Amino acid sequence: MYVAVKGGERAIDNAHEWLAEERRGDPAVPELSVTQIREQMKLAVNRVMAEGSLYDPDLAALAIKQSRGDLIEAIFLIRAYRTTLPRIGHSEPVDTGAMICDRRVSATFKDAPGGQVLGPTFDYTHRLLDFKLAAEGETPRAQEVDAERKETPRITEFLNRDGLIQEETPSDETPPDMTRAPMEYPANRALRLQALTRGDEGFVLGMAYSTQRGYGRNHPFVGELRIGKVPVEMEIAELGFSVEIGEIDLTECETVNQFAGSKTEPPQFTRGYGLVFGQTERKAISMALVDRSLRWEELGEDNVGAPAQDEEFVLSHSDNIQATGFLEHIKLPHYVDFQSELELVRRMRAEAQASYKEAAE
Amino acid sequence: MQTEALTGGFANPPIDSAAGFRAALNAMARPGKIETVSGGTAPAPVSAAAAVLLLTLCDAETPLYLAPGVDSPAMRDWGAFHIGAPLVKAEEAQFALGDWAALSPLERFRIGNAEYPDRSATLIVEMPDLSNNGAILSGPGIETTAQLSLPEVEIFRANRALFPLGLDFYFCAGERLAALPRSTKVEAA
Amino acid sequence: MAKAEQEKTERQAWMGLLAKSSPARLAALMDKASDVPDFTWLRVPEAGGVMVRGRMGGTGAPFNLGEMTVTRCALRLESGEVGHAYVQGRDKAHAQRAALVDAMMQTDRASDLRASVLDPLEAEREAQIATRAAKAAATKVDFFTMVRGED
Repeated sequence: MYVAVKGGERAIDNAHEWLAEERRGDPAVPELSVTQIREQMKLAVNRVMAEGSLYDPDLAALAIKQSRGDLIEAIFLIRAYRTTLPRIGHSEPVDTGAMICDRRVSATFKDAPGGQVLGPTFDYTHRLLDFKLAAEGETPRAQEVDAERKETPRITEFLNRDGLIQEETPSDETPPDMTRAPMEYPANRALRLQALTRGDEGFVLGMAYSTQRGYGRNHPFVGELRIGKVPVEMEIAELGFSVEIGEIDLTECETVNQFAGSKTEPPQFTRGYGLVFGQTERKAISMALVDRSLRWEELGEDNVGAPAQDEEFVLSHSDNIQATGFLEHIKLPHYVDFQSELELVRRMRAEAQASYKEAAE
Repeated sequence: MQTEALTGGFANPPIDSAAGFRAALNAMARPGKIETVSGGTAPAPVSAAAAVLLLTLCDAETPLYLAPGVDSPAMRDWGAFHIGAPLVKAEEAQFALGDWAALSPLERFRIGNAEYPDRSATLIVEMPDLSNNGAILSGPGIETTAQLSLPEVEIFRANRALFPLGLDFYFCAGERLAALPRSTKVEAA
Repeated sequence: MAKAEQEKTERQAWMGLLAKSSPARLAALMDKASDVPDFTWLRVPEAGGVMVRGRMGGTGAPFNLGEMTVTRCALRLESGEVGHAYVQGRDKAHAQRAALVDAMMQTDRASDLRASVLDPLEAEREAQIATRAAKAAATKVDFFTMVRGED
């Protein structure tokens, strides 16, 4: 059974026009500008950049406006746009140790050199609605105190000095790129980190939370969380040296995890790592927890069958664009498929009724 | 880097690369059909047609092999500025440039695998001349038969036998180019 | 050799400064600065993506973090100097201005240009960083130990 249908063009056009009108809302209310979104909806912009996997605040703000604030739709727009950009090259790995920090806290070392800097955080707010914000016209000003610029060394370096934490081995190996080659499992840590940093915040948060609640528990502390700017440097072939091509905001989270040791490793602390575009600390902490959880094999831990230890499960469900594409397509016309289902159910009902009748007789 | 290496790119990249891509596509879709292109100039002895193909098809993510004869400091600089393709050994190349003798033996190049037949090399072969004489071509994209002045025959028959794996070829002379995909059957005239 | 090295370092510094500068500020400063020389394109401005990499644990093996938008171009002045630009974002006019400054910095207009364009950009950038650092410093925690356990 095949049902070919055609049509709906006018309905679609009119739907798009109505969408545009609805997007604008009440014309008596001033229109929202892209720069307003960029400056005042910054955390939404950051999320769209992180999960859209493209650092460009203006584009992210435009995508949020176009999608009427539906962030997954905005991320979809950014991902689609991203594919039209020629790939100029890749940067040198960013040096987060040289970050100019807006925020830098540690849950493990009170007296970290460089200090605990809270930055513009929600952490100590009372989560009470502030009705003053509903009235317009305030331009708050932050306090400033003289600051001498000091190095803020990474906190895990202190543990590393005493050999108390698993060491990261530096290398200059070219990492695999999931945007260029299809995912293959088992993936390595580089691929996992790439997938997690662009993964859906809600999904990565849920997975991280599951490890805290006991599904593959790995006892994390936030060794350090830092947010700030780092320069991005790229080797320019025609110049024969590297130059800074820009500067981006990043959130970095390093967890320090208890580790009793295993058959192959002495007792020491281990690490989970999160690095995400923009000020996105919930995501960066979640990423670090899930990264650590997925490292069970290389650290010689047991797989207790927890969802967050299952690399293929985590990575193949973390992308909200893949997920929403597959999920939402089921609302689009499936007349052909459904017609055959309908035929089947009718036939089965007829057969069932016939056999009831037989049994009754 | 010498300033000479910085010249010879497309003056209007969106338009010129679209025209280059159309020519490359037509040539590949109609094996043996000779297309004429312009807009790119690479250091000698690289032909204008090969320069256009490189500018159109290659970028920082397409490992390129330069065979002896075209591999020169000038060409490396030109490639670094205009294409950015990493230069690699023949075995790792997605694209390779050189004359027929320098590209041989062809067994070195990647032919793809069953899951990804596209992970194979495209060879850009510099020819002294290109004409619709010589080997007889038939197969997809050719209504009956076509002819092209291929450097030899047997090797392309062997390549055809690998299908769906195998190599694809562009042949360039001056501003003219033609193509031979792995799907084309080749016979001696 | 030392001179070449110093020239390289200086050029890296101004190219980096231009890459990170605001398009509107650079445009305003250049409008005031001086007339712009004639040039020919070696590479017309092109917007693209650069894959930004990070390191595992901050110091380990590299991984791909995501792309950023970058616009690049190259041009040659009539007097022969070649200017390159790689700037953040998608503003082609900004890339053109950055490449012009890069080229002119290699001519006898360098000190002129440094005073009228690069120095103000640098000063404004330093001021911005200092202001943010001062705000961050105001949120630095001073701990007072109330009671220490394990008597």
